[in-house]
Amino acid sequence: MGVPIVVGPDARPAGRASGFVGLLSRILNVDRLAHGLVFCCAACVILLTVLLAYELWANSALSRMQFGWRFLFSSTWDPIAGKFGALPFIYGTVITTFLGLLLAIPLGIGAAVFLAELARPRISDLMTFLIELLAAVPSVIIGLVGRFVLIPILEKIVPTLKSVLGLLPIFSGPFYGVSIFSAGIVLAFMILPFIISISREVLLAVPRDLREAALALGATRWESTWQVVIPFARTGIIGSIFLAMARALGETMAVTMVIGNSPKIMASLLAPGYSIASVIANEFTEATGDLYLSALIELGLVLFCLTIVINGAARLLIMMTTAKGAK
Amino acid sequence: MLSATGVCTLLSIVVLFFILGFLLIQGGKFLSWNFFTKLPAPVGETGGGMANAIVGSGKILLLATCIGVPIGFLAGVYLAEYGNAAFSSAIRFVTDLLNGVPSIVMGIFVYTLIVLKTKHFSAFAGGVALGIMMIPIALRSTEEFLRAVPLSLREGAMALGAAKWKSIVTVIIPAAISGIISGMMLNLARVAGETAPLMFTALSNQFWSPGWNQPTASLPLMIYTYAMGPYPDWHRQALAAGFILLAMVFIVNITARFIVASGMSQKSRL
Repeated sequence: MGVPIVVGPDARPAGRASGFVGLLSRILNVDRLAHGLVFCCAACVILLTVLLAYELWANSALSRMQFGWRFLFSSTWDPIAGKFGALPFIYGTVITTFLGLLLAIPLGIGAAVFLAELARPRISDLMTFLIELLAAVPSVIIGLVGRFVLIPILEKIVPTLKSVLGLLPIFSGPFYGVSIFSAGIVLAFMILPFIISISREVLLAVPRDLREAALALGATRWESTWQVVIPFARTGIIGSIFLAMARALGETMAVTMVIGNSPKIMASLLAPGYSIASVIANEFTEATGDLYLSALIELGLVLFCLTIVINGAARLLIMMTTAKGAK
Repeated sequence: MLSATGVCTLLSIVVLFFILGFLLIQGGKFLSWNFFTKLPAPVGETGGGMANAIVGSGKILLLATCIGVPIGFLAGVYLAEYGNAAFSSAIRFVTDLLNGVPSIVMGIFVYTLIVLKTKHFSAFAGGVALGIMMIPIALRSTEEFLRAVPLSLREGAMALGAAKWKSIVTVIIPAAISGIISGMMLNLARVAGETAPLMFTALSNQFWSPGWNQPTASLPLMIYTYAMGPYPDWHRQALAAGFILLAMVFIVNITARFIVASGMSQKSRL
């Protein structure tokens, strides 16, 4: 009735592997070993992060005991007298990030709208590829170009700017090239690719029916984009802005090369400033004494906490949007 | 209004081409045989090169790859193939956290972990710092590409009686290999340009650094030091080095994307 089953000469009972590997498999339970190995590597990641937080906490203990919460609000940075306060650096970091976002958000969302809504698919893909290449440029190279190109250009433009807006306190004072203004512009170019690529993905995830419904009701292309698509994707776009913010806060090299390294809080954007990452980069290897080093490590701890909070908020927002779009 | 958005896009792309063009012209002008073969000259003199920085960067990146890639890869295999819900989501969360840590804080971490304990700045510490930075992205890209392997392949392997580890090693990983390799290349390109973690782990060196326990020069850090210095010769060398670094990063990036693209088109032909 059925097809006769022929057992060939080299047939073996099922399940018996041969050779060295087979021997190994029977002596040790390789499956359990493999499971254990990959589990260890995964646990390694958690271990490293916990160790990172612990080392930052433990090594900043000296400074935390000495200054307590005053560290965050004091604006004296005097290594010789042993008085350390983080306010000038927090100010510098926040202002440069704010300036960078101010410049990058309109440009970024505009470009994302173009790439998601208007451009043909192949052109959109090509341009997205080029913008992702911009994201891959190392920060020290952007700092290099900032120092050798942007600063000379600004030195030509700022006198005209000052003649128009010089009465405002944010544009007062002498301009030396290196300044918070330059750092803000450099940061804007560093975070622009992130805003563009994430916003573009978020806009592409908006369901077609919404756009088509708006157009069917007589809206122009611009009205449907601005009043329907963008509000729907609003949470995700804000998430991308948060991610860009987190990136900008921790940005070291490009900012250090153009910010001017002056630990003073000045009202003018044209004055040199200092950011948390820059002061650590510049002064860490020359820190004399345990308190100095501990104060710098506490600054690192502040930066760490700041980026965790903002990154966490960003991921949450982006998760919320993609869930909304998938419904 | 809509054309304004096109202008925004064009502006972003123009910046990229401008950076490339500027470094190509200015940096390419000062590339010379000296640059690749000579050690840095005494401060203020001309004619030096960056040979030790190029070799130093290579050493540090080699160590970083040996540390970051295996751990990230195996952890990614765990997330994609094994893993229970709670532990996996904890790992993904922590990976995102680690990814978001600013590179200078990573440098502080490795400083307190290795440099303070061994009382040495070393290429080893620099390699560990960059290796830890490689782990989150290696993990994420491995997991993503392994998840993309179709269920039919996994079930086919199981139906043929292969043990789980064997099916992973001989069937699933080879199916995802082009994506994983391209992910690792992108990772390497990103980490190759990192300067901040090396500032207080590998420090720098004017001479050759034999072995792994000496302070070691690295290309990005030399670019930074020379660009901030006052000598025009240093500025020229910084631009030349910037050109080399950017060219390397771009070549690796573009190659990696081609590998992924050709891998995807092969799979669709299956």
